[in-house]
Amino acid sequence: MGVEFIYPEFEVVRNYDRCIACRVCERQCANEVHFYSEERGVMISDEAKCVDCQRCVSLCPTRALKIVKSDSTLRENANWQNDTIKEIYKQANSGGVLLSSMGNPKPLPVYWDKILINASQVTNPPIDPLREPMETQVFLGKKPSRIERGKDGKIKCELPPQIALSLPVMFSAMSYGSISYNAHASLARAATELGILYNTGEGGLHEDFYKYGKNTVVQVASGRFGVHEDYLNAGAAIEIKMGQGAKPGIGGHLPGAKIVGDVSRTRMIPERSDAISPAPHHDIYSIEDLRQLVFSLKEATQYKKPVIVKVAAVHNIAAIASGIARSGADVIAIDGFRGGTGAAPTRIRDNVGIPVELALAAVDKRLRDEGIRGNVSLVVGGSIRSAADVIKAVALGADACYVATAALLALGCHLCRTCQSGKCNWGIATQRPDLVKRLNPDIGSARLVNLMTAWRHEIMEIMGGMGINSIEALRGNRLMLRGVGLNEKELEILGISHAGE
Amino acid sequence: MKRVYVNEEWCLGCHLCEYNCAYANSGLKDMVVALKDKKIFPRIRVEGEDRITFAVSCRHCTDPICVKSCIAGAISKRDGVVRIDRNKCVGCLTCVLVCPYGALAPGEDGIMQKCELCLDNACGAPACVTGCPNRAIVYEERSETQ
Repeated sequence: MGVEFIYPEFEVVRNYDRCIACRVCERQCANEVHFYSEERGVMISDEAKCVDCQRCVSLCPTRALKIVKSDSTLRENANWQNDTIKEIYKQANSGGVLLSSMGNPKPLPVYWDKILINASQVTNPPIDPLREPMETQVFLGKKPSRIERGKDGKIKCELPPQIALSLPVMFSAMSYGSISYNAHASLARAATELGILYNTGEGGLHEDFYKYGKNTVVQVASGRFGVHEDYLNAGAAIEIKMGQGAKPGIGGHLPGAKIVGDVSRTRMIPERSDAISPAPHHDIYSIEDLRQLVFSLKEATQYKKPVIVKVAAVHNIAAIASGIARSGADVIAIDGFRGGTGAAPTRIRDNVGIPVELALAAVDKRLRDEGIRGNVSLVVGGSIRSAADVIKAVALGADACYVATAALLALGCHLCRTCQSGKCNWGIATQRPDLVKRLNPDIGSARLVNLMTAWRHEIMEIMGGMGINSIEALRGNRLMLRGVGLNEKELEILGISHAGE
Repeated sequence: MKRVYVNEEWCLGCHLCEYNCAYANSGLKDMVVALKDKKIFPRIRVEGEDRITFAVSCRHCTDPICVKSCIAGAISKRDGVVRIDRNKCVGCLTCVLVCPYGALAPGEDGIMQKCELCLDNACGAPACVTGCPNRAIVYEERSETQ
């Protein structure tokens, strides 16, 4: 109260003409916003606790609820905006680093939206994907730069290990612990059905999910949680996580409250102990060190699994990628600054890193210039929102995209951005058993399959429009892209022409 | 035959099924008109508390004891569905006494009522199933032994 008071961000608007006081909102709100007044016989809400996750709105059987942004406002000021002032108040109240979840919400440029896709007219006919074959399968891994023949003159066919994907999309890393058992189950089942891969994140692989190993990327992060020989051999590929787009240069911290039961066993750390991932890998301070870890992992898996190195998109990304491409890694994953997270310091999330579009274009160009593009496949992530984003990424040079926020949205996430509270009303970013059960993997996996099937259709439609019938023919095909409203420098980095050129 | 089954693993205890049931059997077109400011008498009840909850409604037993026990001959089984003729019910509550699931209860008017799978009301399919947000209640064919 008094100087510490911050007016609630949202208002719960209840239409009392429609409310039948069934108390579903009360039972469904883990933030305890709604309660029933016995005296008055009506539902009441305490909007101060509301995070606008829309759970009550979605389940209200009479549509009696809506959540609106409060219009109680501080005096308008273009420099000191409401949110900025409230963050100051929060820090003055607590003395702490501000925490946020999910992706950067700031109005920073989204280059995908300033890039337009070509289509064929007259001289080069478009292709109808419903009538003609259209290939969306991609293979990730090191590709030979030239044909080699044996002593008998026959072509050597052995390839380094490859990952086959039915479409150029994978579910990106979200650890068991940061998201729930049922969320992992949904992702694993959907990836298996779709013929793509999901990613364990840094929390190890729950023993129930080893059966989905062929569609799993197992991650090795700086905390090395849950890493052991069987784990490494369980997946289709191994990912070394050097950084994350939402918080480049920052480690992770899963609070002890979430390290319970199976999460503790899977991470191989004691219950209730905080899982702290250091900012660096303490054994990696150079590309040579990275190479040692890459080959340690390859050695542990008999050179059968491709190794992915995931880095955040930062200023020097092209040079870093060039180093990684020479480290023996098979795939480089670049995570842009709009990527999501279960928790990150707000200032880091909103101010550190660079857009993945620019990073991708710069890396692809650098690797081509150096003649080592075939050493690695490129995977990009950090807010890939639609099939159009996937197409644009592939045309800029990506082999595949990592998708996580979109996948979570399919599972029910409403982007309230309060994962760090551990009270996810949709059963995703929580370990509370009563909340976890809200995500039925039968429903979740079917919705993920729906989403990716829809994207695959759209990818084929867009490719068909361009007169391209194989995703391989689109990769790095920047002639298919044009920029709008971009300056010369941006166009130069993206390696595309302006619309009209 | 198709029956209503409950997967308690996915039951959230939200009680929406009870309200959907009461609405479906109200015969009214508007849920607000049907249920606002009224005590509801659903034919499905969410039981349990805290960690484990599950919705219970008539199992439509193969050999229903309620049919045998009804002194007025109001309960019968047709096409696998146990039904009650509310005109015949005398309100003796014998069915309540014998039903092992507690699936029968008096309605607002004191006459017994029970789940009849929404076959005779406007829904055509069980409203509790359609309205369940987590597929915890399903309407499906299962072998008798399951």
